[in-house]
Amino acid sequence: MSIGARLIERYEAGSSVVHSTDGRLKLLLTVAYVFTVTLTPVGHWIAFGLLAAPLAVAVAASRLPVLLILRRSALALPFIVVAVPLLFTKEGDALFTLPPFGWTASEEGLLAVLTILTKSWLSVVAVILLTATTPAVELLRAMRALAVPRILVATVSFMYRYLFVIAEEAQRLLRARDCRSAELEDRKCGGGVRWRAGILGHMVGSLFVRSYERGERVYAAMQARGYDGEVRFLEDRPWRLAGIVVAIALALYLVGVEIYARY
Amino acid sequence: MRATKVRTAVDTAIRIANLRFAYPDGVQALRGVDLTIAAGEKVALVGPNGAGKTTLLLHLNGTLRGKGDIRIMGHLLNGGNMKRVRSQVGLVFENPDDQLFSPTVFDDVAFGPLYMGLSREEVLKRARLALEEVGMTGLDERLPHHLSLGQKKRIAIATVLSMSPTILALDEPFSSLDPSARRELMNLLQTLPQTMIVSTHHIPLIRHLFPRTVVMDDGCIVADGDTEAILADTALLETHGLEVS
Repeated sequence: MSIGARLIERYEAGSSVVHSTDGRLKLLLTVAYVFTVTLTPVGHWIAFGLLAAPLAVAVAASRLPVLLILRRSALALPFIVVAVPLLFTKEGDALFTLPPFGWTASEEGLLAVLTILTKSWLSVVAVILLTATTPAVELLRAMRALAVPRILVATVSFMYRYLFVIAEEAQRLLRARDCRSAELEDRKCGGGVRWRAGILGHMVGSLFVRSYERGERVYAAMQARGYDGEVRFLEDRPWRLAGIVVAIALALYLVGVEIYARY
Repeated sequence: MRATKVRTAVDTAIRIANLRFAYPDGVQALRGVDLTIAAGEKVALVGPNGAGKTTLLLHLNGTLRGKGDIRIMGHLLNGGNMKRVRSQVGLVFENPDDQLFSPTVFDDVAFGPLYMGLSREEVLKRARLALEEVGMTGLDERLPHHLSLGQKKRIAIATVLSMSPTILALDEPFSSLDPSARRELMNLLQTLPQTMIVSTHHIPLIRHLFPRTVVMDDGCIVADGDTEAILADTALLETHGLEVS
């Protein structure tokens, strides 16, 4: 497996309870969890605590390295950038004023920012747990079983299939460039930043053209094997009672937390 | 004593000692390769798929870094002089689509010299000369991915010739070429003066081009010597998945 493939692949092989749980249940629960977290009122920290608890248990049960989850959860960081303006735009009790601009931060604003951060972080961790304990193929199967539109499932499945191919192609282009990035003893090498940026831009462009052309070829190959716009799959596995019971219990818990937080 | 030392350094283009390399997924691709190639030598590298030929070639300019010593023109390859070594070793990939990443043929051939920081005139001169050497003059403004495979392969070679390397490492330059394109490429390789190490499955071509042949299998060099002698040893070739005719 190349470096590119390892960067993209999210599944971490394991044999924990979380790993072996039905992918359909995991997908449903994750979506329900993200919805519940999103719907929780601003600043209701007890509710967020109650929501974090089952996630923490699930992470522990998955036996994934906590550091791995934390590292991947850095994905939630960009939300800070989006949320920070709220600190100044929301009306409320003044906290402090930023000297150069004269912007005033409000207490309500701070609460909103912290809530957004908590919500996005909890959601991201839940999804990380899902993707790290469920092979992509299983996730696709789950999406299909849960009646996600077939065209969407097909799109995701092609993306997953060819992302590796394209990542490797990109890697080979970069390698070819590096092989010819030579230095001579007595002069400044490497060209200007603009020139190098231009080269990289051309590489991205040629990668796009190649992916596009590959798409055409793949489509032709699919047509040759009778593709008519409908992707057909084999039947799914049966549901298991134990998994359903646990899933219903968790769903009820989520609903309970939400009711508690709102009323 | 000192004088002989300097002589060996210059006379030996490539010296590899006990090179071992494993890919991240654990596949042991090279299991202790020793190989010395004198300056000006033309060497064929043969062996079945997965023998480690490409892996070995990728070590010559530090693209892959295994355990063991590699000396290029007397310099021990290390992290510090890698870019220096890359001006000496022209590595050409098997698939020219990997090699050619620029929008036009000319841009691609000029990339190496431009990166080296050469003057505009020098870059132009070298790019033209390189295209002329491979017989592809006049294609400067063409898009590489719309050329024929034979043309692409020649241009891929031009992209490293423009860097004036002393060593050419070509990975399967003859693969997928039709007989006439193969013959043209063969004639081209015959005219190039550089030290050459070329991996190929094309046994008949080896006879014409390379006085010395190195046979690899399963990450090791299993035979190394005079091409005629190796090609006469049908038992050896069959054991390592090769055919003479």
